[in-house]
Amino acid sequence: MKRANKNRIRKDPPVRPVRQDLRQTKTAGGNFVDKLNAYRDLHAHALFSSLGRLVASPFTSIMTIAVLAIAISLASGFHILVVNLQQLTGNLETSNQISLFLRDDVSDAHANKLADSIRQNASVQDVKLITRAQALAEFQTFSGFGAAINVLEKNPLPIVLQVLPKNSLEDKEGLETLLKNFQQSPEVDIAQMDLQWVERLQSIMAVARLFATLLNVMLGGAVLFIIGNTIRLELHNRRNEVVIAKLVGATSSFIRRPFLYTGFWIGFISGVSAWFIVTALMLILRQPVEKLSGLYEGGFHLLFLSFTETLALIGVSSALGVLGSWTVLIFQLKHTKPE
Amino acid sequence: MIKFVNVTKRYAETGDVLRNVSFHLRRGEIAFLTGHSGAGKSTLLRLIAAMERCSRGQILLDGQDLSHAKENQLPFIRRKMGFIYQDYKLLQDRTVFDNVALPLVIAGFGHHEIARRVRAALDKVSLTGKEKKYPLALSGGEQQRVGIARAVVNKPPIIIADEPTGNLDPELSEEIMFLFGQFQQVGVTVLIASHDISLITQLNHRVLKLDHGQLVSS
Repeated sequence: MKRANKNRIRKDPPVRPVRQDLRQTKTAGGNFVDKLNAYRDLHAHALFSSLGRLVASPFTSIMTIAVLAIAISLASGFHILVVNLQQLTGNLETSNQISLFLRDDVSDAHANKLADSIRQNASVQDVKLITRAQALAEFQTFSGFGAAINVLEKNPLPIVLQVLPKNSLEDKEGLETLLKNFQQSPEVDIAQMDLQWVERLQSIMAVARLFATLLNVMLGGAVLFIIGNTIRLELHNRRNEVVIAKLVGATSSFIRRPFLYTGFWIGFISGVSAWFIVTALMLILRQPVEKLSGLYEGGFHLLFLSFTETLALIGVSSALGVLGSWTVLIFQLKHTKPE
Repeated sequence: MIKFVNVTKRYAETGDVLRNVSFHLRRGEIAFLTGHSGAGKSTLLRLIAAMERCSRGQILLDGQDLSHAKENQLPFIRRKMGFIYQDYKLLQDRTVFDNVALPLVIAGFGHHEIARRVRAALDKVSLTGKEKKYPLALSGGEQQRVGIARAVVNKPPIIIADEPTGNLDPELSEEIMFLFGQFQQVGVTVLIASHDISLITQLNHRVLKLDHGQLVSS
Protein backbone atom coordinates (compact mmCIF):
# COMPACT_ATOMS: atom_id res chain seq x y z
CA MET A 1 0.00 0.00 0.00
CA LYS A 2 2.84 2.31 0.87
CA ARG A 3 4.39 1.94 -2.56
CA ALA A 4 1.10 2.45 -4.35
CA ASN A 5 0.51 5.65 -2.42
CA LYS A 6 3.87 7.00 -3.43
CA ASN A 7 2.90 6.43 -7.02
CA ARG A 8 -0.16 8.50 -6.59
CA ILE A 9 1.36 11.63 -5.10
CA ARG A 10 1.70 13.61 -8.31
CA LYS A 11 -1.50 15.06 -9.73
CA ASP A 12 -0.72 15.78 -13.33
CA PRO A 13 1.80 13.67 -15.21
CA PRO A 14 4.80 15.65 -16.35
CA VAL A 15 5.69 15.34 -20.01
CA ARG A 16 9.22 14.09 -19.45
CA PRO A 17 10.00 10.53 -18.44
CA VAL A 18 10.63 10.29 -14.72
CA ARG A 19 13.57 8.06 -13.89
CA GLN A 20 12.78 8.03 -10.21
CA ASP A 21 9.60 6.08 -10.85
CA LEU A 22 11.48 3.46 -12.80
CA ARG A 23 13.89 2.93 -9.92
CA GLN A 24 11.08 2.66 -7.49
CA THR A 25 9.55 -0.18 -9.45
CA LYS A 26 12.92 -1.86 -9.85
CA THR A 27 13.65 -1.91 -6.14
CA ALA A 28 10.22 -3.11 -5.11
CA GLY A 29 10.07 -6.09 -2.83
CA GLY A 30 11.70 -5.33 0.48
CA ASN A 31 15.31 -5.09 1.60
CA PHE A 32 18.46 -6.18 -0.15
CA VAL A 33 18.75 -9.58 1.53
CA ASP A 34 15.13 -10.39 0.62
CA LYS A 35 15.80 -9.45 -2.99
CA LEU A 36 18.97 -11.49 -3.08
CA ASN A 37 17.17 -14.50 -1.66
CA ALA A 38 14.34 -14.03 -4.13
CA TYR A 39 16.87 -13.89 -6.97
CA ARG A 40 18.57 -17.05 -5.78
CA ASP A 41 15.18 -18.75 -5.46
CA LEU A 42 14.33 -17.74 -9.03
CA HIS A 43 17.49 -19.37 -10.31
CA ALA A 44 17.02 -22.48 -8.22
CA HIS A 45 13.42 -22.73 -9.37
CA ALA A 46 14.39 -22.30 -13.05
CA LEU A 47 17.16 -24.89 -12.64
CA PHE A 48 14.92 -27.57 -11.19
CA SER A 49 11.71 -26.79 -13.04
CA SER A 50 13.49 -27.00 -16.40
CA LEU A 51 14.91 -30.39 -15.41
CA GLY A 52 11.41 -31.38 -14.29
CA ARG A 53 10.03 -30.43 -17.70
CA LEU A 54 12.60 -32.62 -19.44
CA VAL A 55 11.67 -35.53 -17.20
CA ALA A 56 7.97 -34.87 -17.73
CA SER A 57 8.28 -35.54 -21.46
CA PRO A 58 10.78 -38.41 -21.40
CA PHE A 59 10.31 -39.61 -24.98
CA THR A 60 11.10 -36.26 -26.61
CA SER A 61 13.95 -35.61 -24.19
CA ILE A 62 15.55 -39.01 -24.73
CA MET A 63 15.36 -38.66 -28.52
CA THR A 64 17.03 -35.25 -28.48
CA ILE A 65 19.65 -36.24 -25.92
CA ALA A 66 20.44 -39.50 -27.77
CA VAL A 67 21.15 -37.63 -31.02
CA LEU A 68 23.29 -35.09 -29.20
CA ALA A 69 25.13 -37.74 -27.18
CA ILE A 70 26.03 -39.63 -30.36
CA ALA A 71 27.27 -36.46 -32.06
CA ILE A 72 29.33 -35.50 -29.02
CA SER A 73 30.73 -39.01 -28.58
CA LEU A 74 31.78 -39.05 -32.25
CA ALA A 75 33.69 -35.84 -31.70
CA SER A 76 35.34 -36.93 -28.46
CA GLY A 77 35.89 -40.44 -29.82
CA PHE A 78 37.94 -39.09 -32.69
CA HIS A 79 39.80 -36.86 -30.29
CA ILE A 80 40.79 -39.79 -28.10
CA LEU A 81 41.84 -41.75 -31.21
CA VAL A 82 44.25 -38.98 -32.17
CA VAL A 83 45.52 -38.79 -28.60
CA ASN A 84 46.25 -42.52 -28.69
CA LEU A 85 48.02 -42.30 -32.05
CA GLN A 86 50.08 -39.44 -30.71
CA GLN A 87 51.17 -41.67 -27.88
CA LEU A 88 52.80 -43.93 -30.50
CA THR A 89 54.80 -41.12 -32.04
CA GLY A 90 55.12 -38.93 -28.98
CA ASN A 91 58.58 -40.00 -27.87
CA LEU A 92 59.99 -39.36 -31.34
CA GLU A 93 59.02 -35.79 -31.55
CA THR A 94 62.17 -34.19 -30.20
CA SER A 95 64.51 -36.41 -32.17
CA ASN A 96 66.69 -34.74 -34.79
CA GLN A 97 69.51 -37.21 -34.71
CA ILE A 98 71.35 -38.75 -37.63
CA SER A 99 71.76 -42.52 -37.76
CA LEU A 100 74.89 -43.85 -39.42
CA PHE A 101 74.56 -47.49 -40.44
CA LEU A 102 78.11 -48.80 -40.77
CA ARG A 103 79.32 -51.34 -43.30
CA ASP A 104 79.30 -55.01 -42.28
CA ASP A 105 83.11 -55.24 -42.32
CA VAL A 106 83.58 -52.51 -39.75
CA SER A 107 84.54 -53.93 -36.36
CA ASP A 108 83.32 -52.69 -32.98
CA ALA A 109 86.76 -51.25 -32.20
CA HIS A 110 86.93 -49.42 -35.48
CA ALA A 111 83.43 -48.09 -34.88
CA ASN A 112 84.52 -46.79 -31.48
CA LYS A 113 87.39 -44.90 -33.04
CA LEU A 114 85.09 -43.47 -35.67
CA ALA A 115 82.67 -42.34 -32.97
CA ASP A 116 85.52 -40.59 -31.14
CA SER A 117 86.59 -38.76 -34.28
CA ILE A 118 83.04 -37.65 -35.00
CA ARG A 119 82.79 -36.34 -31.44
CA GLN A 120 85.64 -33.94 -32.31
CA ASN A 121 83.40 -32.36 -34.97
CA ALA A 122 82.34 -28.91 -33.79
CA SER A 123 78.77 -29.27 -34.96
CA VAL A 124 78.19 -32.57 -33.16
CA GLN A 125 76.96 -32.66 -29.61
CA ASP A 126 77.16 -36.36 -28.88
CA VAL A 127 77.60 -39.73 -30.51
CA LYS A 128 76.12 -42.96 -29.24
CA LEU A 129 77.40 -46.29 -30.41
CA ILE A 130 75.02 -49.22 -30.77
CA THR A 131 76.87 -52.48 -31.25
CA ARG A 132 75.43 -55.39 -33.19
CA ALA A 133 74.58 -57.23 -29.99
CA GLN A 134 72.81 -54.21 -28.49
CA ALA A 135 70.89 -53.65 -31.69
CA LEU A 136 69.77 -57.26 -31.73
CA ALA A 137 68.58 -57.11 -28.14
CA GLU A 138 66.69 -53.90 -28.82
CA PHE A 139 65.17 -55.32 -31.98
CA GLN A 140 64.00 -58.42 -30.18
CA THR A 141 62.36 -56.35 -27.47
CA PHE A 142 60.53 -53.77 -29.56
CA SER A 143 59.95 -54.97 -33.08
CA GLY A 144 57.77 -57.97 -32.49
CA PHE A 145 59.95 -60.08 -34.80
CA GLY A 146 62.21 -61.40 -32.07
CA ALA A 147 61.38 -64.99 -32.82
CA ALA A 148 61.99 -64.51 -36.54
CA ILE A 149 65.48 -63.17 -36.03
CA ASN A 150 66.45 -66.09 -33.84
CA VAL A 151 66.01 -68.30 -36.86
CA LEU A 152 68.84 -66.52 -38.67
CA GLU A 153 72.29 -67.93 -38.14
CA LYS A 154 74.10 -64.61 -38.21
CA ASN A 155 73.15 -61.28 -36.72
CA PRO A 156 72.07 -59.22 -39.75
CA LEU A 157 72.04 -55.91 -37.92
CA PRO A 158 74.76 -53.35 -38.59
CA ILE A 159 76.59 -51.19 -36.08
CA VAL A 160 74.79 -47.89 -35.70
CA LEU A 161 76.22 -44.55 -34.64
CA GLN A 162 73.58 -42.19 -33.40
CA VAL A 163 74.82 -38.67 -33.91
CA LEU A 164 73.15 -35.88 -32.07
CA PRO A 165 73.95 -32.62 -33.89
CA LYS A 166 74.50 -29.41 -31.98
CA ASN A 167 72.30 -27.45 -34.31
CA SER A 168 68.69 -27.31 -33.45
CA LEU A 169 65.99 -28.49 -35.80
CA GLU A 170 65.73 -25.09 -37.43
CA ASP A 171 69.12 -25.17 -39.11
CA LYS A 172 68.19 -27.57 -41.88
CA GLU A 173 71.04 -26.66 -44.23
CA GLY A 174 73.62 -27.31 -41.54
CA LEU A 175 72.10 -30.72 -40.92
CA GLU A 176 72.10 -31.50 -44.64
CA THR A 177 75.82 -30.66 -44.94
CA LEU A 178 76.59 -32.79 -41.92
CA LEU A 179 74.59 -35.64 -43.44
CA LYS A 180 76.47 -35.38 -46.76
CA ASN A 181 79.85 -35.42 -45.00
CA PHE A 182 78.93 -38.60 -43.16
CA GLN A 183 77.71 -40.24 -46.35
CA GLN A 184 81.14 -39.70 -47.94
CA SER A 185 83.09 -41.45 -45.18
CA PRO A 186 84.05 -45.00 -46.25
CA GLU A 187 82.85 -46.80 -43.12
CA VAL A 188 79.30 -45.50 -43.49
CA ASP A 189 76.86 -47.58 -45.48
CA ILE A 190 73.76 -45.43 -45.03
CA ALA A 191 73.46 -42.07 -43.30
CA GLN A 192 69.90 -41.30 -42.44
CA MET A 193 68.36 -38.28 -40.85
CA ASP A 194 65.70 -39.48 -38.41
CA LEU A 195 64.15 -36.09 -38.74
CA GLN A 196 62.80 -36.86 -42.20
CA TRP A 197 60.51 -39.64 -41.22
CA VAL A 198 59.73 -38.01 -37.89
CA GLU A 199 58.64 -35.02 -39.92
CA ARG A 200 56.52 -37.19 -42.18
CA LEU A 201 54.91 -38.87 -39.24
CA GLN A 202 54.35 -35.52 -37.62
CA SER A 203 52.67 -34.18 -40.73
CA ILE A 204 50.38 -37.18 -40.80
CA MET A 205 49.57 -36.57 -37.15
CA ALA A 206 49.04 -32.86 -37.86
CA VAL A 207 46.56 -33.75 -40.59
CA ALA A 208 44.78 -36.15 -38.25
CA ARG A 209 44.69 -33.50 -35.53
CA LEU A 210 43.35 -30.90 -37.95
CA PHE A 211 40.75 -33.35 -39.15
CA ALA A 212 39.74 -34.02 -35.55
CA THR A 213 39.45 -30.29 -34.90
CA LEU A 214 37.34 -29.73 -38.01
CA LEU A 215 35.15 -32.67 -37.09
CA ASN A 216 34.75 -31.27 -33.57
CA VAL A 217 33.80 -27.85 -34.91
CA MET A 218 31.27 -29.35 -37.31
CA LEU A 219 29.73 -31.62 -34.70
CA GLY A 220 29.75 -28.71 -32.25
CA GLY A 221 27.80 -26.72 -34.82
CA ALA A 222 25.36 -29.60 -35.22
CA VAL A 223 24.88 -29.74 -31.45
CA LEU A 224 24.28 -25.99 -31.42
CA PHE A 225 21.60 -26.25 -34.11
CA ILE A 226 19.89 -29.28 -32.59
CA ILE A 227 19.66 -27.61 -29.19
CA GLY A 228 18.55 -24.35 -30.80
CA ASN A 229 15.77 -26.13 -32.62
CA THR A 230 14.70 -27.98 -29.49
CA ILE A 231 14.47 -24.69 -27.60
CA ARG A 232 12.58 -23.11 -30.50
CA LEU A 233 9.95 -25.87 -30.25
CA GLU A 234 9.85 -25.52 -26.49
CA LEU A 235 9.35 -21.77 -26.89
CA HIS A 236 6.54 -22.44 -29.35
CA ASN A 237 4.85 -24.81 -26.90
CA ARG A 238 5.14 -22.35 -24.07
CA ARG A 239 4.25 -19.28 -26.07
CA ASN A 240 1.27 -18.51 -23.88
CA GLU A 241 3.43 -18.49 -20.79
CA VAL A 242 5.96 -16.17 -22.41
CA VAL A 243 3.27 -13.73 -23.51
CA ILE A 244 1.69 -13.63 -20.07
CA ALA A 245 5.03 -13.15 -18.37
CA LYS A 246 5.78 -10.30 -20.77
CA LEU A 247 2.45 -8.65 -20.04
CA VAL A 248 2.97 -8.67 -16.30
CA GLY A 249 6.34 -6.98 -16.72
CA ALA A 250 8.90 -9.75 -17.06
CA THR A 251 12.29 -8.63 -18.32
CA SER A 252 13.90 -10.47 -21.21
CA SER A 253 16.35 -12.14 -18.85
CA PHE A 254 13.50 -13.42 -16.70
CA ILE A 255 11.80 -14.94 -19.73
CA ARG A 256 15.04 -16.37 -21.10
CA ARG A 257 16.16 -17.94 -17.82
CA PRO A 258 14.11 -21.18 -17.81
CA PHE A 259 14.92 -21.81 -21.47
CA LEU A 260 18.62 -21.24 -20.90
CA TYR A 261 18.50 -23.74 -18.06
CA THR A 262 16.70 -26.21 -20.34
CA GLY A 263 19.51 -25.77 -22.88
CA PHE A 264 22.05 -26.24 -20.12
CA TRP A 265 20.45 -29.48 -18.94
CA ILE A 266 20.17 -30.91 -22.45
CA GLY A 267 23.83 -30.10 -23.11
CA PHE A 268 24.96 -31.36 -19.71
CA ILE A 269 23.06 -34.65 -19.87
CA SER A 270 24.19 -35.21 -23.48
CA GLY A 271 27.80 -34.57 -22.44
CA VAL A 272 27.60 -37.04 -19.57
CA SER A 273 25.91 -39.63 -21.84
CA ALA A 274 28.62 -39.09 -24.48
CA TRP A 275 31.27 -39.75 -21.83
CA PHE A 276 29.59 -43.04 -20.99
CA ILE A 277 29.34 -43.97 -24.68
CA VAL A 278 33.03 -43.20 -25.34
CA THR A 279 34.15 -45.01 -22.20
CA ALA A 280 32.01 -48.03 -23.09
CA LEU A 281 33.51 -48.14 -26.60
CA MET A 282 37.01 -47.87 -25.15
CA LEU A 283 36.33 -50.70 -22.72
CA ILE A 284 35.16 -52.85 -25.62
CA LEU A 285 38.30 -51.92 -27.62
CA ARG A 286 40.76 -52.25 -24.77
CA GLN A 287 41.32 -55.99 -24.83
CA PRO A 288 41.70 -56.39 -28.60
CA VAL A 289 44.02 -53.38 -28.76
CA GLU A 290 46.23 -54.58 -25.94
CA LYS A 291 46.33 -58.01 -27.49
CA LEU A 292 47.42 -56.44 -30.78
CA SER A 293 50.00 -54.37 -28.96
CA GLY A 294 51.21 -57.51 -27.24
CA LEU A 295 51.71 -59.21 -30.60
CA TYR A 296 54.15 -56.45 -31.49
CA GLU A 297 55.77 -56.72 -28.07
CA GLY A 298 54.95 -53.03 -27.69
CA GLY A 299 54.26 -51.11 -24.54
CA PHE A 300 51.17 -49.50 -25.97
CA HIS A 301 48.31 -48.93 -23.57
CA LEU A 302 44.95 -47.52 -24.56
CA LEU A 303 44.47 -44.03 -23.12
CA PHE A 304 40.99 -43.19 -21.81
CA LEU A 305 39.51 -39.71 -21.47
CA SER A 306 41.45 -37.97 -18.72
CA PHE A 307 39.83 -36.06 -15.89
CA THR A 308 40.50 -32.72 -17.60
CA GLU A 309 39.19 -34.02 -20.91
CA THR A 310 36.05 -35.30 -19.19
CA LEU A 311 35.51 -31.91 -17.57
CA ALA A 312 36.08 -30.19 -20.92
CA LEU A 313 33.69 -32.58 -22.67
CA ILE A 314 30.86 -31.95 -20.21
CA GLY A 315 31.69 -28.25 -19.88
CA VAL A 316 31.71 -27.64 -23.63
CA SER A 317 28.47 -29.63 -24.11
CA SER A 318 26.73 -27.60 -21.41
CA ALA A 319 28.09 -24.34 -22.82
CA LEU A 320 26.87 -25.28 -26.31
CA GLY A 321 23.45 -25.98 -24.80
CA VAL A 322 23.28 -22.55 -23.22
CA LEU A 323 24.70 -20.85 -26.32
CA GLY A 324 22.32 -22.67 -28.68
CA SER A 325 19.26 -21.71 -26.69
CA TRP A 326 20.49 -18.17 -26.11
CA THR A 327 20.93 -17.58 -29.86
CA VAL A 328 17.43 -18.82 -30.61
CA LEU A 329 15.91 -16.82 -27.76
CA ILE A 330 17.51 -13.58 -28.95
CA PHE A 331 15.84 -13.94 -32.33
CA GLN A 332 12.55 -15.55 -31.34
CA LEU A 333 11.52 -13.67 -28.20
CA LYS A 334 11.22 -10.37 -30.04
CA HIS A 335 8.44 -11.83 -32.14
CA THR A 336 6.57 -13.41 -29.28
CA LYS A 337 3.75 -10.95 -28.62
CA PRO A 338 0.09 -11.27 -27.75
CA GLU A 339 -2.37 -11.20 -30.63
CA MET B 1 -2.18 8.84 -15.91
CA ILE B 2 -2.76 7.71 -19.50
CA LYS B 3 -2.28 10.45 -22.05
CA PHE B 4 -2.49 10.07 -25.84
CA VAL B 5 -1.33 13.01 -27.94
CA ASN B 6 -2.19 12.78 -31.66
CA VAL B 7 -1.38 9.07 -31.76
CA THR B 8 -1.37 7.39 -35.15
CA LYS B 9 -0.64 3.70 -35.68
CA ARG B 10 0.00 2.55 -39.21
CA TYR B 11 0.56 -1.01 -40.41
CA ALA B 12 2.15 -1.59 -43.77
CA GLU B 13 -0.58 -4.06 -44.73
CA THR B 14 -3.74 -2.31 -43.50
CA GLY B 15 -2.87 1.38 -43.36
CA ASP B 16 -3.86 3.60 -40.44
CA VAL B 17 -5.54 1.64 -37.69
CA LEU B 18 -5.52 4.60 -35.31
CA ARG B 19 -5.56 8.19 -36.53
CA ASN B 20 -4.77 11.27 -34.42
CA VAL B 21 -6.14 9.81 -31.21
CA SER B 22 -5.87 12.17 -28.25
CA PHE B 23 -7.28 11.73 -24.77
CA HIS B 24 -6.24 12.01 -21.17
CA LEU B 25 -7.31 9.70 -18.38
CA ARG B 26 -6.53 11.15 -14.99
CA ARG B 27 -5.53 9.43 -11.80
CA GLY B 28 -8.47 7.58 -10.31
CA GLU B 29 -10.59 7.93 -13.42
CA ILE B 30 -12.58 5.05 -14.88
CA ALA B 31 -13.51 4.94 -18.56
CA PHE B 32 -14.93 2.59 -21.18
CA LEU B 33 -13.27 2.17 -24.53
CA THR B 34 -15.82 1.16 -27.10
CA GLY B 35 -16.37 0.91 -30.82
CA HIS B 36 -17.29 -1.60 -33.51
CA SER B 37 -14.94 -4.52 -34.05
CA GLY B 38 -11.94 -3.41 -36.07
CA ALA B 39 -12.26 0.16 -34.84
CA GLY B 40 -8.81 -0.04 -33.27
CA LYS B 41 -9.62 -0.96 -29.65
CA SER B 42 -7.13 -3.81 -29.44
CA THR B 43 -4.46 -1.77 -31.20
CA LEU B 44 -4.93 1.02 -28.68
CA LEU B 45 -4.58 -1.46 -25.82
CA ARG B 46 -1.46 -2.97 -27.39
CA LEU B 47 0.05 0.49 -27.58
CA ILE B 48 -0.68 1.09 -23.91
CA ALA B 49 0.79 -2.33 -23.04
CA ALA B 50 3.93 -1.24 -24.91
CA MET B 51 3.71 -4.34 -27.09
CA GLU B 52 3.92 -2.03 -30.08
CA ARG B 53 5.05 1.51 -30.65
CA CYS B 54 2.93 4.21 -32.26
CA SER B 55 3.87 5.48 -35.70
CA ARG B 56 3.31 9.12 -34.76
CA GLY B 57 2.35 11.06 -31.67
CA GLN B 58 3.11 10.56 -28.01
CA ILE B 59 1.84 8.18 -25.35
CA LEU B 60 2.50 9.04 -21.73
CA LEU B 61 1.95 6.55 -18.96
CA ASP B 62 2.36 7.94 -15.47
CA GLY B 63 4.56 10.60 -16.99
CA GLN B 64 6.74 8.21 -18.97
CA ASP B 65 6.94 8.59 -22.70
CA LEU B 66 6.38 5.16 -24.25
CA SER B 67 7.51 6.16 -27.72
CA HIS B 68 10.95 7.10 -26.41
CA ALA B 69 11.37 4.43 -23.75
CA LYS B 70 14.19 1.98 -24.35
CA GLU B 71 13.33 -1.66 -24.97
CA ASN B 72 14.78 -2.70 -21.60
CA GLN B 73 12.67 -0.11 -19.75
CA LEU B 74 9.38 -1.46 -21.11
CA PRO B 75 9.03 -4.32 -18.60
CA PHE B 76 9.29 -1.83 -15.75
CA ILE B 77 6.66 0.39 -17.35
CA ARG B 78 4.36 -2.64 -17.78
CA ARG B 79 4.63 -3.32 -14.05
CA LYS B 80 2.62 -0.15 -13.48
CA MET B 81 -0.33 -1.72 -15.24
CA GLY B 82 -2.56 -4.64 -14.50
CA PHE B 83 -4.06 -6.37 -17.53
CA ILE B 84 -7.32 -8.27 -17.52
CA TYR B 85 -8.44 -10.29 -20.54
CA GLN B 86 -11.62 -11.77 -21.89
CA ASP B 87 -9.93 -15.18 -22.11
CA TYR B 88 -8.31 -14.63 -18.66
CA LYS B 89 -4.85 -15.63 -19.95
CA LEU B 90 -4.14 -17.85 -16.96
CA LEU B 91 -1.43 -20.51 -16.91
CA GLN B 92 -3.37 -23.77 -16.84
CA ASP B 93 -0.51 -25.81 -15.44
CA ARG B 94 -0.09 -23.62 -12.37
CA THR B 95 -2.23 -23.19 -9.32
CA VAL B 96 -4.32 -20.11 -8.59
CA PHE B 97 -1.67 -19.05 -6.10
CA ASP B 98 1.16 -19.32 -8.64
CA ASN B 99 -0.85 -17.48 -11.28
CA VAL B 100 -1.57 -14.57 -8.98
CA ALA B 101 2.00 -14.58 -7.66
CA LEU B 102 3.57 -14.29 -11.12
CA PRO B 103 3.85 -10.46 -11.24
CA LEU B 104 5.42 -10.48 -7.76
CA VAL B 105 7.86 -13.26 -8.65
CA ILE B 106 8.85 -11.28 -11.72
CA ALA B 107 9.27 -8.11 -9.67
CA GLY B 108 11.61 -10.04 -7.37
CA PHE B 109 9.64 -10.09 -4.11
CA GLY B 110 10.65 -12.43 -1.31
CA HIS B 111 8.34 -15.38 -0.76
CA HIS B 112 6.87 -14.18 2.56
CA GLU B 113 5.87 -10.92 0.94
CA ILE B 114 4.49 -12.81 -2.06
CA ALA B 115 2.35 -15.09 0.10
CA ARG B 116 1.00 -12.12 2.06
CA ARG B 117 0.12 -10.09 -1.02
CA VAL B 118 -1.38 -13.00 -2.96
CA ARG B 119 -3.65 -13.82 -0.04
CA ALA B 120 -4.71 -10.19 0.19
CA ALA B 121 -5.47 -10.03 -3.54
CA LEU B 122 -7.43 -13.29 -3.49
CA ASP B 123 -9.34 -12.05 -0.46
CA LYS B 124 -10.29 -8.90 -2.37
CA VAL B 125 -11.85 -10.93 -5.20
CA SER B 126 -13.45 -13.39 -2.71
CA LEU B 127 -11.39 -16.41 -3.76
CA THR B 128 -9.86 -17.19 -0.38
CA GLY B 129 -9.32 -20.91 0.00
CA LYS B 130 -8.92 -21.60 -3.73
CA GLU B 131 -5.15 -21.00 -3.80
CA LYS B 132 -4.25 -24.60 -4.51
CA LYS B 133 -6.82 -25.17 -7.25
CA TYR B 134 -5.95 -25.17 -10.94
CA PRO B 135 -7.73 -22.67 -13.22
CA LEU B 136 -9.63 -25.38 -15.10
CA ALA B 137 -11.28 -26.48 -11.85
CA LEU B 138 -12.85 -23.04 -11.49
CA SER B 139 -15.90 -21.48 -13.11
CA GLY B 140 -15.57 -18.73 -15.73
CA GLY B 141 -16.39 -16.03 -13.22
CA GLU B 142 -13.86 -17.41 -10.76
CA GLN B 143 -11.17 -17.61 -13.43
CA GLN B 144 -11.84 -14.01 -14.36
CA ARG B 145 -11.45 -13.04 -10.72
CA VAL B 146 -8.13 -14.89 -10.59
CA GLY B 147 -7.13 -12.75 -13.58
CA ILE B 148 -8.22 -9.64 -11.69
CA ALA B 149 -6.32 -10.70 -8.58
CA ARG B 150 -3.21 -11.14 -10.71
CA ALA B 151 -3.73 -7.70 -12.25
CA VAL B 152 -3.99 -5.93 -8.89
CA VAL B 153 -1.59 -7.99 -6.75
CA ASN B 154 1.30 -5.66 -7.60
CA LYS B 155 -0.89 -2.64 -6.73
CA PRO B 156 -0.47 -0.95 -10.08
CA PRO B 157 -1.77 2.60 -10.59
CA ILE B 158 -3.40 1.57 -13.89
CA ILE B 159 -5.74 -1.29 -14.75
CA ILE B 160 -6.49 -2.17 -18.36
CA ALA B 161 -9.32 -4.61 -19.04
CA ASP B 162 -10.05 -6.04 -22.48
CA GLU B 163 -13.69 -7.21 -22.65
CA PRO B 164 -13.55 -8.40 -19.04
CA THR B 165 -17.22 -9.35 -18.98
CA GLY B 166 -17.35 -10.82 -22.47
CA ASN B 167 -17.76 -14.39 -21.27
CA LEU B 168 -19.79 -13.72 -18.15
CA ASP B 169 -23.50 -13.49 -17.43
CA PRO B 170 -24.97 -10.10 -16.36
CA GLU B 171 -24.87 -10.89 -12.67
CA LEU B 172 -21.16 -11.81 -12.73
CA SER B 173 -20.47 -8.81 -14.97
CA GLU B 174 -21.98 -6.56 -12.37
CA GLU B 175 -19.82 -8.13 -9.71
CA ILE B 176 -16.69 -7.53 -11.78
CA MET B 177 -17.70 -3.93 -12.48
CA PHE B 178 -18.26 -3.42 -8.76
CA LEU B 179 -14.66 -4.54 -8.18
CA PHE B 180 -13.39 -2.04 -10.72
CA GLY B 181 -15.35 0.68 -8.94
CA GLN B 182 -13.57 -0.29 -5.73
CA PHE B 183 -10.17 0.00 -7.35
CA GLN B 184 -11.09 3.39 -8.77
CA GLN B 185 -11.98 4.56 -5.31
CA VAL B 186 -8.48 3.92 -4.03
CA GLY B 187 -7.07 6.03 -6.88
CA VAL B 188 -6.46 3.44 -9.61
CA THR B 189 -7.03 4.52 -13.22
CA VAL B 190 -9.22 1.95 -14.98
CA LEU B 191 -9.70 1.60 -18.73
CA ILE B 192 -12.21 -1.02 -19.85
CA ALA B 193 -12.56 -2.00 -23.50
CA SER B 194 -16.07 -3.29 -24.02
CA HIS B 195 -18.94 -3.36 -26.45
CA ASP B 196 -21.46 -4.35 -23.80
CA ILE B 197 -23.75 -1.34 -24.42
CA SER B 198 -26.18 -2.12 -21.62
CA LEU B 199 -23.37 -2.29 -19.10
CA ILE B 200 -21.87 0.95 -20.36
CA THR B 201 -25.11 2.95 -20.31
CA GLN B 202 -26.03 1.53 -16.93
CA LEU B 203 -22.81 2.67 -15.28
CA ASN B 204 -22.56 6.20 -16.58
CA HIS B 205 -18.78 6.36 -16.73
CA ARG B 206 -16.72 8.27 -19.23
CA VAL B 207 -16.80 6.62 -22.69
CA LEU B 208 -14.06 6.78 -25.33
CA LYS B 209 -15.61 5.73 -28.61
CA LEU B 210 -13.49 4.70 -31.56
CA ASP B 211 -14.80 4.66 -35.10
CA HIS B 212 -12.50 3.53 -37.92
CA GLY B 213 -9.43 4.48 -35.94
CA GLN B 214 -10.63 7.89 -34.86
CA LEU B 215 -11.88 8.95 -31.48
CA VAL B 216 -15.44 10.18 -32.05
CA SER B 217 -16.38 10.86 -28.46
CA SER B 218 -14.48 11.17 -25.25
